Amino acid sequence: METFKKLKPYYWPYKKYFFYSIAFLLLVTAITVVYPMILQVTIDEVVLKGKYHWIPYLTIGFILVMSVKGVATYINQYSGDLFGINSVYKMRNALYEKLQYLPFKYYDNAKTGDLMSRLTADVEGFRFFLSFGFSELLRFLILIVISVAVMFYYSVPLTVVTLITLPFLALVVYKFDRAVHPAFRGIRESFGKLNTKVQESISGINTVKSLSKESFEISRFNDSNGDYKENYLFTSKIWAKYFPLMELLGNISVILLLAYGGSLVMNGSLKPGELVAFYSLVWYIIWPIVNLGFVINQFSQAKASGERLIEVLEAESDSGENPALNNYERLKGDVEFKNVWLCYDEDSKDALQDISFKAIPGKVIGLIGSTGSGKTSLTQLMTKFYDPSSGEVLIDGKSVTHYSLGTLRKNVGFVLQESFLFSTTIKENISYGRPEATMEQVIDAAKRAQAHEFILELPNGYETILGERGMGLSGGQKQRIAIARAICIDPSILILDDATSAVDMETEVNIQKALKEVMQGRTTFIIAHRISSLKHADEILVLENGRIVERGKHEELIDNNGPYHRIYDIQFKDQKTVLTSNNR
Amino acid sequence: MYKNIKGQKVSKRFHYSVDQVIDMPFNWAQMTRLFGYLKPYQKKLLPLSILMVIITTTVRLIIPILIGVYTLDKAIGNKDTKLLTLLVCIIGFLYIISYTANIFRIRWMNELGQGVIYDIRKHLFTHVQSLSHRFFDQRSAGSILVRIMNDINSLQELFTNGVINSLMDTLLLMGIFAVLFSLSPSLTLAVMIILPIMFFISTSLRRNIRRSWQTVRLKQSKLNSHLNESIQGIRVTQSFTQEKENMSFFEGVNYENFESWRVASQKNAVFRPLVEVTNAVGTSVLIWYGAHLIQNETITIGVFVSFAFYLGMFWEPISRLGQVYNQLLMGMASSERIFEFLDEKPIVSEGEKATDIGEIRGEIIFKNVSFSYDENRTALNAINFEIKAGQTAALVGHTGSGKSTIANLISRFYDTTSGEVIIDHHNIKDISLKSLRQQISVVLQDTFIFSGTIIENIRFGRPDATDEEVMEAAKSVGAHKFIEKLPNGYHTEVEERGNILSVGERQLLSFARALLANPRILILDEATASIDTETEMQIQHALKTLLNDRTAIIIAHRLSTIRDAEQIIVLEHGEILERGSHSQLMEQNGYYYRLVKAQFNMLNAG
Repeated sequence: METFKKLKPYYWPYKKYFFYSIAFLLLVTAITVVYPMILQVTIDEVVLKGKYHWIPYLTIGFILVMSVKGVATYINQYSGDLFGINSVYKMRNALYEKLQYLPFKYYDNAKTGDLMSRLTADVEGFRFFLSFGFSELLRFLILIVISVAVMFYYSVPLTVVTLITLPFLALVVYKFDRAVHPAFRGIRESFGKLNTKVQESISGINTVKSLSKESFEISRFNDSNGDYKENYLFTSKIWAKYFPLMELLGNISVILLLAYGGSLVMNGSLKPGELVAFYSLVWYIIWPIVNLGFVINQFSQAKASGERLIEVLEAESDSGENPALNNYERLKGDVEFKNVWLCYDEDSKDALQDISFKAIPGKVIGLIGSTGSGKTSLTQLMTKFYDPSSGEVLIDGKSVTHYSLGTLRKNVGFVLQESFLFSTTIKENISYGRPEATMEQVIDAAKRAQAHEFILELPNGYETILGERGMGLSGGQKQRIAIARAICIDPSILILDDATSAVDMETEVNIQKALKEVMQGRTTFIIAHRISSLKHADEILVLENGRIVERGKHEELIDNNGPYHRIYDIQFKDQKTVLTSNNR
Repeated sequence: MYKNIKGQKVSKRFHYSVDQVIDMPFNWAQMTRLFGYLKPYQKKLLPLSILMVIITTTVRLIIPILIGVYTLDKAIGNKDTKLLTLLVCIIGFLYIISYTANIFRIRWMNELGQGVIYDIRKHLFTHVQSLSHRFFDQRSAGSILVRIMNDINSLQELFTNGVINSLMDTLLLMGIFAVLFSLSPSLTLAVMIILPIMFFISTSLRRNIRRSWQTVRLKQSKLNSHLNESIQGIRVTQSFTQEKENMSFFEGVNYENFESWRVASQKNAVFRPLVEVTNAVGTSVLIWYGAHLIQNETITIGVFVSFAFYLGMFWEPISRLGQVYNQLLMGMASSERIFEFLDEKPIVSEGEKATDIGEIRGEIIFKNVSFSYDENRTALNAINFEIKAGQTAALVGHTGSGKSTIANLISRFYDTTSGEVIIDHHNIKDISLKSLRQQISVVLQDTFIFSGTIIENIRFGRPDATDEEVMEAAKSVGAHKFIEKLPNGYHTEVEERGNILSVGERQLLSFARALLANPRILILDEATASIDTETEMQIQHALKTLLNDRTAIIIAHRLSTIRDAEQIIVLEHGEILERGSHSQLMEQNGYYYRLVKAQFNMLNAG
């Protein structure tokens, strides 16, 4: 119940729909029981007692009552739906908002697939329960109670005899539910595996074909395909075992009804019409019981779904942004790190250790070091994607904690390692950080990122849609658009995190030349593996295991004979050999 | 442009395509083809399932007469206890028959349905695997996946229940008609007035409702596409502080979704009341006219009750037939998409005389080879070269100069437009595709990692390799060291986009894969992506092991690889500019010389 209490803000505002739904549900259920009663009256009163003048009232009354029922059913169902979809609408907005503001730290440990299943399947499960689950449960209970009451009214002993199969039915239903849900899960899981298998062999088709492993792939597929089929058939066998049995138990009730009820009619203690009415009423009790397991299962699933949703909604949000800081200021781009340490979580070792440096506007800082040495972590502290565990990051002389996130992130242009582009036009992608940018500004940014030319060659130029269903771009092209996107916000600090790795050297040099011009009077950070990418930096920081092990200009570092020199050696050995063979 | 609740405009911030044909007109040829998949089952499962359906339907038809006419009128009406006992026994017996038949009906119908689905999916997947590169070039992986998974699944219900149930329902309807007519023709006709209304509800109204649910699904998939993308791109969004802008977009999409749900459930809510009111009209007619007939003593109470029972049975088959009809229309759309793929012919097809050539030496000759991907794009123009067995050739040139095309032609992923590719004196068109590709491995720039363990991924190169052989291969290319460091070593699970591995490590894995496959010809697309210097060294080292004693064609970026190649082929616009060893080309002082010089200058002086 804790779960439902916590989620109350999302569904309780729509409580009126819920109450409508329940109120009309009562009406619907009550009327349902009227049908067998009308049948009984027709037989016993009209036909047997010859009150044929009742017929017009009876039939018109019946149609009227059923029309009322129709309207009530409509209101019951529609308001139930409205209750569910309104709540889900509100909840989805809240979840989305939450996701937008969750910190990097959260996403470091989250899997897209898992989050997606919460946002889709769990939300859907919760909606289903809100719309149907609860009212269905109520409906069953009311239906059973009223039916039993009417039956009792007609004949107590016949009711008892007829319903003697109920305990057995309940047992079968219970066993069926126990067996069928794991089986359903089996179907879902094997379908998921089959889906993954097919997806992989399509996405990896180049790899499959290049090693000519088609038949191997087909045999792996057949295993999954067969597995899915087997799971499905296993489930259908459970159905085949229990479902006819439930029906049989219901039918046994009918037989008992006929045998005992027939003899009661014969000795005159039951009217024929009542016997006929019983025949219908019995099923009003049996079907809800057969379906009860399903509804109860819905309930427990909704609860589990609710819990998973709460987990997202209650996840710890951004690292305490001070609400007083919603102003925006333009930064100059003077960056200073003072003895900064960073640790992502308690178990792991420090990602950054005692980092200190200063970067003044107009300067280019190069960062080099092997994977995991802390280059990316260092840059992400400037925009408060993470907070240092000790030490201070200062921009324009003030600690970053004194700026609003908006100020920091609008002044810092990031080109992230993985150049993620959205499913929209190239223009929208470039102006992503500044939706109000004019076409001229977009084109200007693209030109500086050396992207303008290839964009113009695309079928729709800047209006070309990218993304899964749109144009595929090469890695280098994506990187250049990502660079344009960062330039477009006119940042005071630009961070290029391995942003030109897939671009050929010629283009890279051109980009760097263009950036030099843009970044006059601003600060640039370049993370790279290739020495050629950062040799012109004003200061190069060489990182190893979170520490700065060497710093200085390219020439100084070469003379230093340290780690930088080693990297240089490896990378430039090629050039030297070429040179020697050239001289030969 | 849409407006959401608060009247804000939903910008065209993101674009998600909304395709999917909703349903198709009925098409006989296509249906015959689809039902052709039932053929393997026509000897046993199909007739058996039908038999079971006939049994259960017959029982359902008989029972109401037994209860109404016989039990009520003859037994109870005449106070005949013996007859009552007999009838109860008969009914009980019939129920047990129906119980048994139902067990087998459910089993066999599912076996039939799943069998057909299994067959179609297998057929489609196997066919898709045999298709050429061009097929995959033109489509996204997602759209192919949807056909193999979702489109086939949408046929599942049709084959499991639809086909046979519709038979049962037609039977049931006709049976009810026959029985009612024999009991009382005039009452039957009177009650039948609701039939057209029911048919209307079950087909027309239902189609309308189904369409609105389809709209819901489309909106939902748009919503999900955006959710998925926004999670994956969250770092970009936060870097550019676009959270608020995204939220207003999402609210719009969410509202569209809400609205489509509302419309659909509103329509849906009309359905049941209409059915019930129609039924009530039928019952009223029955009571009115039936009572009148009883009064005239044209019918008995038992007949009247049987009518009431049968009237209640009417709706179910009609409703289900409507459903099957809907399934069939949707099935038409799905099957058309499935058949579209099945009708796709592999562009590279095996000639009739294609032979297995066994182990080759690995000599490659291009004779006047031209190739174009489409009419206005010539990729190669009369290319001639020869690579001796065991030699390494480096292909050098700008993007689009034809390097990859040459590689693709050797493994025959495409066929030449004119000219010949000759391997060991065989035109490759005369070699069976299997035997050709077994001798050739391509190591791609972007290595695909299958979800599974590391060892399985390496073994992909040769599925029957032992663990020792896998490790041996990993050691030779220098991948062993990093694999050992992983939490579970060779048995570490990796995922498709497995972030556990860096680009360089993946590259090493693909080298191990290729080494294990032990091809005679190796085609290698060197990666330019970001690899740290340590890994870079390992890769260069691994390359030497890999190239040893094989013919190799390398699309090269690293100067050292180029220099070490026995032959360098410099390409531009699909033509060979220069060809020769490094020192020969440097002496020629031509294009290659300038290329090397330029790169060198960029690196050193800048």
